[in-house]
Amino acid sequence: MIDPYKIRSDFPMYHKHGGKFGDKPLIYLDNAATTFKPYAVIKSEEHYYEDITANAHRGDYSLAHEVDVAYEKARKTIADFINARTDEIAFTSGDSMALNQIAFGLGHKLHPGDEILLSEAEHASNILPWFIISQRTGAKIKYLPLSDNHVNLDEVEKAISEKTKIVSLAMVSNVLGYLLPIKEIAQIAHKHHAIMVVDGAQSVPHIKTDVKDLDIDFLAFSGHKMLGPTGIGVMYGKRELLDDLPPLLYGGEMNARFKSDGYISLEEPPLKFEAGTQNIAGALGLEAACEYLNQFSFDEIHAHELKLKRLAIEGLLANGNAEIYNADNDTGIITFNIKNVFSQDAASYLAEKGVFVRTGQHCSKLTPDLIHTDSTIRASFYIYNTVEDVKALVEACKHAEDFLDVFFD
Amino acid sequence: MSFSIKDPMMMREIILDNYQNPRNFEEVEDQRYITIHMDSASCIDDIYVYVLFEDGKVKDCKWSGKGCAISSASTSIMTEMVKGKTEEEAKKMMAEFNKMLANEDYDEELLAEANCFKNVNRQPSRITCANISWRGLEKAMNEEDKKHE
Repeated sequence: MIDPYKIRSDFPMYHKHGGKFGDKPLIYLDNAATTFKPYAVIKSEEHYYEDITANAHRGDYSLAHEVDVAYEKARKTIADFINARTDEIAFTSGDSMALNQIAFGLGHKLHPGDEILLSEAEHASNILPWFIISQRTGAKIKYLPLSDNHVNLDEVEKAISEKTKIVSLAMVSNVLGYLLPIKEIAQIAHKHHAIMVVDGAQSVPHIKTDVKDLDIDFLAFSGHKMLGPTGIGVMYGKRELLDDLPPLLYGGEMNARFKSDGYISLEEPPLKFEAGTQNIAGALGLEAACEYLNQFSFDEIHAHELKLKRLAIEGLLANGNAEIYNADNDTGIITFNIKNVFSQDAASYLAEKGVFVRTGQHCSKLTPDLIHTDSTIRASFYIYNTVEDVKALVEACKHAEDFLDVFFD
Repeated sequence: MSFSIKDPMMMREIILDNYQNPRNFEEVEDQRYITIHMDSASCIDDIYVYVLFEDGKVKDCKWSGKGCAISSASTSIMTEMVKGKTEEEAKKMMAEFNKMLANEDYDEELLAEANCFKNVNRQPSRITCANISWRGLEKAMNEEDKKHE
């Protein structure tokens, strides 16, 4: 069982400040945006800067060798975390860069009349790169219909045809938190010889991800949403697809040799995607985050988040002034509004009570059409959130209509 | 009802009233108006400010779109304040309004109803809500200036 009180002692954001931010208890419910880091992650980054600083894959001296070993060990731990092979994961700056690498890398396979299948619940980073690829290649973007925010596999069958070359979907949407049946969708995509790309930004931190079992072709995710550092992420790709994927970035270390006539011989994957000096401290930090998460099972993590979400929904419904858009979803993301209060007004009021949530369209500007509202409040839970956090959220929401109180005595 | 910035209840009412019954709220297609669209990635506000300049004056000012209570009410109040003023007078109001938001000494009398945003800076993230339309007006003035260059 997840014990958030014990877990908090591993996180300086709670432990170092007595559980407070300023003079109020710290109620952080914006984990879908980013998460706190345990001491182990920070120590791991420190270890690189304090004990083993040298560049990776470049030096012939023993110190450089030690960095190489540490960097490739990190790759192994992170690959194991998603059941990939080490030559199938490349480090990126985050989920966005990984998705850009995938989209721009696959562009050469697309022709006018081809189709790229997305959904309207996607984050900007899984839509905008495809817009540009579509403009450059003449391939068309189509959207998978979502009925009540769920994906019906019959609809998937209908939406995918021989024209579909790429299907790119978030396993969990960042606004509504619904879990898509990615394994089944990948099967349908593959039946039609389409490539299955998965945005794992909101799923990898919360749900067991096994790229072999899911049989997906590409996966992108960020370190900072799973207790790791900012500025590090991962692109997974099946080895044969990575061989055929041109790099997004060119520069040092990703080439074996080049000549003045323009000849370039690239490194093998994954190094061919890692141009320039990498975020070595970030890679070691992400390894530490995976190791930290490995002490729990994802069933436990998921059960903890769902318990908190259910409590929050019960409380908000009992308050009577909330409109909830995803009460039946499968993750720890709850998206709602206080009736007759603009989301930002409500969130500012909550912030005044020390409850930190996200408002807006959450970088998913097509989603409002799905839920028929311009903007929402989003609370998202993780392993260190407690029942008291939920109570504070519910209590603060009770009188959110009085949001102007903040400005008057 | 006499106006007093010493009366928090009244200030509150002014914000709510302007939020719920926005003044000069109307989409404008008249080409003589300068239209400024204020939106941003970080905020949900999506506000259009329309300004008609004539003989160095703000002859008319309207707005449309969506925003939070603070940005909507502030925009509504601004349109009322600057209508009929010379550009210089409107700029002076803008300067005083910004001083107020920055917690500096300012001319209370000049700001009239806009004084109700005096405490907005208690939540620093809301300052950009309160001044969104003023920033829009400034852009409109710059565009108007360019016409006469």
